Amino acid sequence: MTSETLGRRRGPRQGPSLKDRLTDWGLPLLGLVAVIALWWAATVVFSIEKFLVPSPVDVVDAFIGQAGYLMAQTWVTLLETVEGFLLAAVIGVPIAMLIAGSRLLEKMIYPLLLAVNAVPKIAIAPILVVWMGFGQMPKIVMVFLLCFFPIVISTATGLKSTPAELAELVRSYGASRMQAFFKVRFPYALPQVMVGLKTAISLAVIGAVIAEFVGADAGLGFVIVQSGASADTPLAFASMVLLGIISIVLFYGLSALENLVLPWAEENR
Amino acid sequence: MIELRHVSQVFSGRQGEVHALDDINLEVDGNEFVTLVGRSGCGKSTMLRMIAGLLKPTSGTITVAGEPVTKPRQDVSFMFQRAALLPWRTVLDNVMLPVEILRLDKAVHRERAHELIELVGLAGFEKRLPRELSGGMQQRVSLCRSLIQNPKVLLMDEPFSALDALTREELSVELQRIKMEQETTIVFVTHSIEEAVLLADRVVVLSPRPGRLRKIVEVDIPRPRTLGHNAHADRVTEVSAELHELLVPAPAGGAA
Ligand SMILES: Nc1ncnc2c1ncn2[C@@H]1O[C@H](COP(=O)(O)OP(=O)(O)OP(=O)(O)O)[C@@H](O)[C@H]1O
Ligand SMILES: [Mg+2]
Repeated sequence: MTSETLGRRRGPRQGPSLKDRLTDWGLPLLGLVAVIALWWAATVVFSIEKFLVPSPVDVVDAFIGQAGYLMAQTWVTLLETVEGFLLAAVIGVPIAMLIAGSRLLEKMIYPLLLAVNAVPKIAIAPILVVWMGFGQMPKIVMVFLLCFFPIVISTATGLKSTPAELAELVRSYGASRMQAFFKVRFPYALPQVMVGLKTAISLAVIGAVIAEFVGADAGLGFVIVQSGASADTPLAFASMVLLGIISIVLFYGLSALENLVLPWAEENR
Repeated sequence: MIELRHVSQVFSGRQGEVHALDDINLEVDGNEFVTLVGRSGCGKSTMLRMIAGLLKPTSGTITVAGEPVTKPRQDVSFMFQRAALLPWRTVLDNVMLPVEILRLDKAVHRERAHELIELVGLAGFEKRLPRELSGGMQQRVSLCRSLIQNPKVLLMDEPFSALDALTREELSVELQRIKMEQETTIVFVTHSIEEAVLLADRVVVLSPRPGRLRKIVEVDIPRPRTLGHNAHADRVTEVSAELHELLVPAPAGGAA
């Protein structure tokens, strides 16, 4: 990668240009508007029943009709998602460090991790309800279960991918294991950690909804189940849109954090 | 300054043993510039890594400044073929890395870091990230980093081989200048005969499989030396021819 192409993509000390901003925000927005327009057109042209596929207007109506209620449910789901995700990050990263640091521990833990990850999470959901009731706890645990694996795998991979020359470099200065870890190995793994976190955050919302489907008295997943029972499809759609928004906001929040903390990483645009 | 006595290195790999180096005896004086040439795989990197204390010889002893080498020493610096900069650190912070690891005085060495950065012509780039630099500039940063703690010995493993010919010569000249300004013993591995002659007081020629010391060629050409026009072109040609003969034996056999 030459410095010239880099300079064009990200000048040393200048923000994105107006044109960059337009393509960054304009294009996704354009895509969104197009899809909504198509959706609207389809419901009108084929005169589809509202309880089968509501039009965008119906969905907005449903949202406005119960805005307070829906926001409260959104908040519940968002909290479950974020708490489960943070828990997975806080526990997953140190476990990845152990795996990357010791062949012995890797051999012990890795197969176990693979086995646990292979279990379909939806199968665990009812058991979690039996164990922990209808409160937030089983949801947080479910989110945790979905997030944990990608975070551990990515972090461990990152920690093990230190280039030999960098490892040898710090060794040639007689660095201790701690120094080598904090000066080189860990910072070097950070972009990879971010990959794990971004994969996990997309799964996190799914985890929360799965758990809410199985047994809950609040949350957007609960709303969807309820509205399905009463054929209130517009409300279900409104909930799904909110779920989508949660996902997008969380994902781009993480991306923004990455750009802020790891401006050196190749991944970043 | 550096002494190798009956040094051998045998690697036991999957396909049996590899005799990387066999009974090497070599003495390098203080402030001397020795270049190490030889065909690929004849053990040049291995020799350097042993002197650096990164690798233990299978047999024989190595001493630096009179002390046996058992682990990396603070006064020995290693410079690699690739710049090996930390991508998240600025130029200045990369140069300061050894200071942090060795827990030396930061204020004093920051001064020195600025001096070195200026010396290699990178003044004004202190706050840049490695990705914003060209390959040649990165290698200059790497050079500064290997000089920051004032090493007595500088071990360089094909440090300029990834660069284009002009940058390479420029850096070679700079290295000679830096060496004149501060006393350092340098062992420099290269594949380029030109570079070996340009830089060295003595050229050590290794022969492959097993790596043996084939010959030591004295280069008695006055400094500073450049490759372009100079008064000693005849002598340079002569030494180069001799090295060429040693490195590229007459036909028949000898895979690269
Ligand atoms: N860690 C190792 N394990 C096993 N064999 C090794 C190891 N390091 C080097 N060797 C072998 O030792 C021999 C010398 O390797 P070395 O890297 O020192 O060669 P070199 O002279 O530096 O070659 P080049 O000019 O290509 O860099 C080679 O045959 C190589 O395969
Ligand atoms: Mg080598």
